[in-house]
Amino acid sequence: MLEEIIVAGFGGQGVLSMGMTMAYAGMHEGKEVSWMPSYGPEMRGGTANCITIVSDHVISSPIVAEFDTAVLLNQPSMDKFATRIKPGGLLLYDESNVQHPYYNAAVECIGIPATALAIEMGNARLMNMIMLGALLKKRQLIRLSSIMIALKKVLPEKYHHTLLQNESALRVGMKIEGHAHLLHQD
Amino acid sequence: MKGNEALAEAAIRAGCDAYFGYPITPQSEVLEYLAREMPRYGRLVMQAESEVASINMLYGAAGAGFRVMTSSSSPGFSLMQEGISYMAGAELPCLLVNVNRAGPGLGTIQPGQGDYFQATKGGGHGDYRLLVLAPASVQEMADFVFLGFTLAEKYRNPVLILSDGAIGQMMEKVVFDQAPVPDIPKPWATVGKPAHRSRNYITSLHIQPEQMEQHNLRLLEKYKAMQEEVRFEEIATADADYLLVAYGLSGRIAHKAVDVARHRGLRVGLLRPITLYPFPERRLAQLARQVQGMLTIELNSGQMLEDVRLAVNGRVPVRHLGRLGGMLPTPDDIVHELENILEVQHA
Repeated sequence: MLEEIIVAGFGGQGVLSMGMTMAYAGMHEGKEVSWMPSYGPEMRGGTANCITIVSDHVISSPIVAEFDTAVLLNQPSMDKFATRIKPGGLLLYDESNVQHPYYNAAVECIGIPATALAIEMGNARLMNMIMLGALLKKRQLIRLSSIMIALKKVLPEKYHHTLLQNESALRVGMKIEGHAHLLHQD
Repeated sequence: MKGNEALAEAAIRAGCDAYFGYPITPQSEVLEYLAREMPRYGRLVMQAESEVASINMLYGAAGAGFRVMTSSSSPGFSLMQEGISYMAGAELPCLLVNVNRAGPGLGTIQPGQGDYFQATKGGGHGDYRLLVLAPASVQEMADFVFLGFTLAEKYRNPVLILSDGAIGQMMEKVVFDQAPVPDIPKPWATVGKPAHRSRNYITSLHIQPEQMEQHNLRLLEKYKAMQEEVRFEEIATADADYLLVAYGLSGRIAHKAVDVARHRGLRVGLLRPITLYPFPERRLAQLARQVQGMLTIELNSGQMLEDVRLAVNGRVPVRHLGRLGGMLPTPDDIVHELENILEVQHA
């Protein structure tokens, strides 16, 4: 197994922590992992992304140009990364923040009303966990229990009272059927 | 753990007595981590007023026999060059870390390898060399701290870990299984003069040319002895008929390119220098008898390229593929370049 994942969106959407959670969880399951964040001017400019790789074997490059899975949380990220998903790959996007999804027919693309659902749950910041839940369901990469162990490391202790909320959000994400689009790239 | 954090944790475990530094992206996590953790062990962390002050504090503490370290990134590391030259001249062991960002000048805070010349040719004035280690993973960021202190004290010479912004910022698994670096006697240290020996001097000043030349010659002997510390990693070189040469982050990207190229039937291998000084010139000379050509992958406009060409001595063509300004080549860029080169060579 080798899964190369990009998560991209605005700073503050929990982009980096989502990738980091997957990396820690993969490590907990004895897999090889790497997490490469964007940093500096990219983040200050309002967009953030990270490449997380989870593998059964030693990871050669932590930086890749094409991805098995993309989680895209705003339009600029969609514009930048949608064309860089491998055939047979998966694209998950937040319907609330991406107005114009476009993708290759060879990619499975699912819009998730993640921000809307998070607001329904009473905390917009749970959006990233809903997306992660949807990812976990589509790609059996990592167990939910490992994600919960990883979250304890990723979340600062002062937010540990939100762990249960985060778990609920992950479960909400895992229940989403999502409607796979079959549009051609324009 | 982030690469910078792994390096900092390793410094504590290796037995670093004192750290002097000044914050700069993309290596500030080193100072932050050590400022938080070192005092628990009764060790010293000092945020100096500048990089120039840091390196001079390092000189003083190293002279007194302490195991010392500093870290910076390109513009800050340039500021330290005078002090590093003095430390090389005074033969003071220390561990230096440069988390390379793209330049020149303030440049950008994204990863670069433009400091290769500065690192390997002696970045300050005078005729001196550093032992230079180039980590390509978070694990090596940790491991090379132990190796770095060991070599610095063995040769009484500054050792440089030349990393880059990506290796510093990325997270990977890291295992800490090494014992602290053993203390070796430092009879030269200025720790107060006991009755039974003469005064110890720590100096790089030898005003008489005759003495200075003798000192230079002794340093040269040492640099010659350091050649046996050469280290490198080879990927798929056994049957390779074309060779990539890349270090650090570029080495990781090139490794992936080898996987992709092999999948497409190209017999490509990779030599990743781990020590940039000493440079694996003998092995490259051997491989030049086996392969049709070499391609260096660097985040600069062709610096290590010159050392590879010197090693190969004209036997095969050596080309360069680089990205600048904090941009990175992708594995596919490398494979594409390889396909072009091999097509031309076969035509």
